[in-house]
Amino acid sequence: MTVPKRIGKISFGLISPQEFRRMSVVKIITADTYDDDGFPIEMGLMDPRLGVIDPGLRCRTCGGRPGECPGHFGHIDLIAPVIHVGFAKLIRKALRAICRECSRLMLLENDKRMYLEQIKTLIELGQPIDDVVNKVFSEARKPKKCPYCGASQKDIKFERPLSYIEDGHKLTPSDIRDRFEKIPDDDVKVMGMNPDSARPEWTILMVLPVPPVTMRPSITLESGQRSEDDLTHKLVDIIRINQRFQENREAGAPQLIIEDLWELLQYHITTFLDNTVSGVPPARHRSGRPLKTLSQRLKGKEGRFRGSLSGKRVNFSARTVISPDPNLSINEVGVPMEIAMELSVPLVVNSRNMDALRNFVRHGSEAHPGVNYVTRSDGRRVKITSRNCEEVADMLEIGWKIDRQLMDGDIVLFNRQPSLHRMSIMAHKVVVMPYKTFRLNPAVCPPYNADFDGDEMNLHVPQTEEARAEAQILMRVQENILSPRFGGPIIGGIHDYVTGSFLLTHGERRVNRREVMELLKKLPVSDLPPPKGVDEEGRPYWTGKQVFSHVIPEGINLSFRADFCMNCDQCKEEECEHDAYVVIRDGELLKGTIDAAAIGAFKGKLTDRVIKELGPSVAAEFMDSMTRMAIRGIMLAGFSFGIDDEDIPREADNQIQDVVKTAREDVQKLIEAYDAGELEPLPGRTLDETLEMRIMQTLGKARDNTGSIAGRYLGLDNSGVVMAVSGARGSMLNLTQMAACVGQQSVRGERIHRGYEGRTLPHFRNGDLSSEAHGFVQSSYKHGLSPTEFFFHAVGGREGLVDTAIRTSQSGYLQRRLINALQDLEVNYDGTVKETRGIIVQFKYGEDGVDASRRDYAGPENVHRIVQKVLGKESS
Amino acid sequence: MKKFALQDHELVPTHIILISEEKEKVLEEYGVGAAQLPKIHISDPVIKDMEEVVVGDIIKIVRESPTAKQSIFYRLVID
Repeated sequence: MTVPKRIGKISFGLISPQEFRRMSVVKIITADTYDDDGFPIEMGLMDPRLGVIDPGLRCRTCGGRPGECPGHFGHIDLIAPVIHVGFAKLIRKALRAICRECSRLMLLENDKRMYLEQIKTLIELGQPIDDVVNKVFSEARKPKKCPYCGASQKDIKFERPLSYIEDGHKLTPSDIRDRFEKIPDDDVKVMGMNPDSARPEWTILMVLPVPPVTMRPSITLESGQRSEDDLTHKLVDIIRINQRFQENREAGAPQLIIEDLWELLQYHITTFLDNTVSGVPPARHRSGRPLKTLSQRLKGKEGRFRGSLSGKRVNFSARTVISPDPNLSINEVGVPMEIAMELSVPLVVNSRNMDALRNFVRHGSEAHPGVNYVTRSDGRRVKITSRNCEEVADMLEIGWKIDRQLMDGDIVLFNRQPSLHRMSIMAHKVVVMPYKTFRLNPAVCPPYNADFDGDEMNLHVPQTEEARAEAQILMRVQENILSPRFGGPIIGGIHDYVTGSFLLTHGERRVNRREVMELLKKLPVSDLPPPKGVDEEGRPYWTGKQVFSHVIPEGINLSFRADFCMNCDQCKEEECEHDAYVVIRDGELLKGTIDAAAIGAFKGKLTDRVIKELGPSVAAEFMDSMTRMAIRGIMLAGFSFGIDDEDIPREADNQIQDVVKTAREDVQKLIEAYDAGELEPLPGRTLDETLEMRIMQTLGKARDNTGSIAGRYLGLDNSGVVMAVSGARGSMLNLTQMAACVGQQSVRGERIHRGYEGRTLPHFRNGDLSSEAHGFVQSSYKHGLSPTEFFFHAVGGREGLVDTAIRTSQSGYLQRRLINALQDLEVNYDGTVKETRGIIVQFKYGEDGVDASRRDYAGPENVHRIVQKVLGKESS
Repeated sequence: MKKFALQDHELVPTHIILISEEKEKVLEEYGVGAAQLPKIHISDPVIKDMEEVVVGDIIKIVRESPTAKQSIFYRLVID
């Protein structure tokens, strides 16, 4: 292989016709591609000098084989000049800025010098010159007479897509080219162009470059027919018209026909360059499909830049549906056997691993863990089958490379789209499993934002030792427990894990020996603590808190308020009668209940403390043990939620009805006061606004009251309440809506007003301001909604849906723009943030140079902890 | 109309012109050329308010920061 050339610099400009001819290897004159024998026609569109695509042939220009030869440009000499669509706007600006007679830029010498100076300094500073150039064009457009030759100027009208009309006459591309040719070099510089690399007249094509065949290969269909690329089709059109144009002109055809043909040539070249120019009908394939021409190849998501260069399809990857497995470690991922046998890890044979690798090869490719390919030292690849595996295994030599199938312990990258943050791709250890889904511990769902309603995820196998090491050290799940967003754990218990640990640790839950064994079954436990006591029948029992203490690592000291803390006026802390103040001493859970505030994703204080004191490995172990125990905890207690869990006694129902009724009457009173003009407006509000606010207030309060009535009858024996209170799922509001009263529906934070003139629905009188006419739903979901209530509920619900739909698309685009702007910034060892040119963006990363995930919520809390750690007791 | 010193306003951070030794020290500390510093226009209201600032000067800006107490920026004065 040749040494690749190093790119020193890139400069952009226009290509001159001379340049086109110089780089061309052949002049194309016939529109035909292949002759009857299937050989490319010389000087045709598939001329062998343009490069090779057929295997076995060699390039006539460079002698390379297909794959080696990059292809070579040819050219078509156009009979008449044609405008390049991409420059239509530039041509317009330039035409208006120069004199129609002498072609000089219509600015005074002094001004020219000034603008040139400005452009020079801007270029030196590496800043865009667009503003100055636009100023030049707009100023040069103003004079009615040329300041140099005195010729009076005429207005030039631009008609989309490509006509320039001066004084009622259409300027032909030749006219424009003539004018541009006369512009002096100095004036070109003032127009922001470099006359050496981009003269204005080069925006008008005299010669059309013919792209090499390598970028427009023809494909042979099964039927033996050749099917040409879209670009080739377009080039055929251009050559045909070009020829017809020439014949007609030589035959002295009337001006009208010449103009028509010129227009047609212009059309074909325009669509060859860009097939989506507005005002130009897109060129179509025979089937009616619009052709994919040059600009379409580059533009957009599937274009060359976004689709082929920034993003590509890769090998050694897999994708399937995900499902949960709480018995896996958070660092692991379950991979289906079928996928494991397809993916592989390259290993080099050496003296130490020879025997082990030989064994893999012996398995063939059909027994796991086998080998799919063996690469010999000369680079020859052998596919391993059950037939040749023994033979290859015996031949195995040092220096050969084998592609071993994925097996337990391999490190892989696991990803779920949209990849919005770095935790969207994390490294997991493989566990090969039966069945067809990827398995993961539900505790790692939050960073991926995954659930199991059919989500699919991708898996990639790193192929080099460096990649594996990097993945293992930087990307492993345990290294990403702490989110750099807020410095807390983003991985933690969700749903049943939270409920399970809540049920296990709340109050003095007693568990007997058998149950303790069940709970600790999957944990590395060798002996039990002494039982807490003996029950009535003389059998020893333990408490849930004792059992949970098993998963908390030793040396953890921590006290905090649990998620279900009632926010009493005076916190009694350790004496909390709700068991909502957690106290952990040396890994022993003394008081309080473990819920979302301790182990939950995003908030887990216990997880946070474990990882910050004892490191990610211990934290991962803690998560694994905790999830295993919590699942067994919830299974031990048994947990379900059904429609009868929303039942409340009749007397509660009556109370709720009373509350709603009073609220309705209160609203009615407010309306009467308003009608009578007795309502006092709130400061800064109109009377109408005041009324609306007061009504909303009244109804909101009514809903809360119904909620607390229902809450009185729904205690911790209700599974809905357990979930809401522990932070596992749902909120008390959700329960209120199910059991008591759904409450006011709103659109944009107001009661529902839209609908017919003066009323929301035909069920109400015009101007009715009552609660039921504007979307107050007094029923509960359990009772069911009345037809009007149902309608209002749908109105309110629709707003929510529309909002989320708009938010995701908007924030997605915002994210794309932000990342494009920031992707090259880099934090250096000295703490500065620089971009690729070395320009400083921040002198200290984030002003303070602190990595948020290494920070301990900052604040004085940190000091207390250090004091406590050193003295072994609380500081005063 | 009474003229206010912009820098007296609590929302305007302190701007200080660096003397040439300080300039060199800063550039050496960060290992960059003056062109790689963030820029500030000479027409910036605060710069206009300061005396004897010329293009090419380096301005030290000291800002109060809730996380770092003080955060220091340097900017190159440009035209």
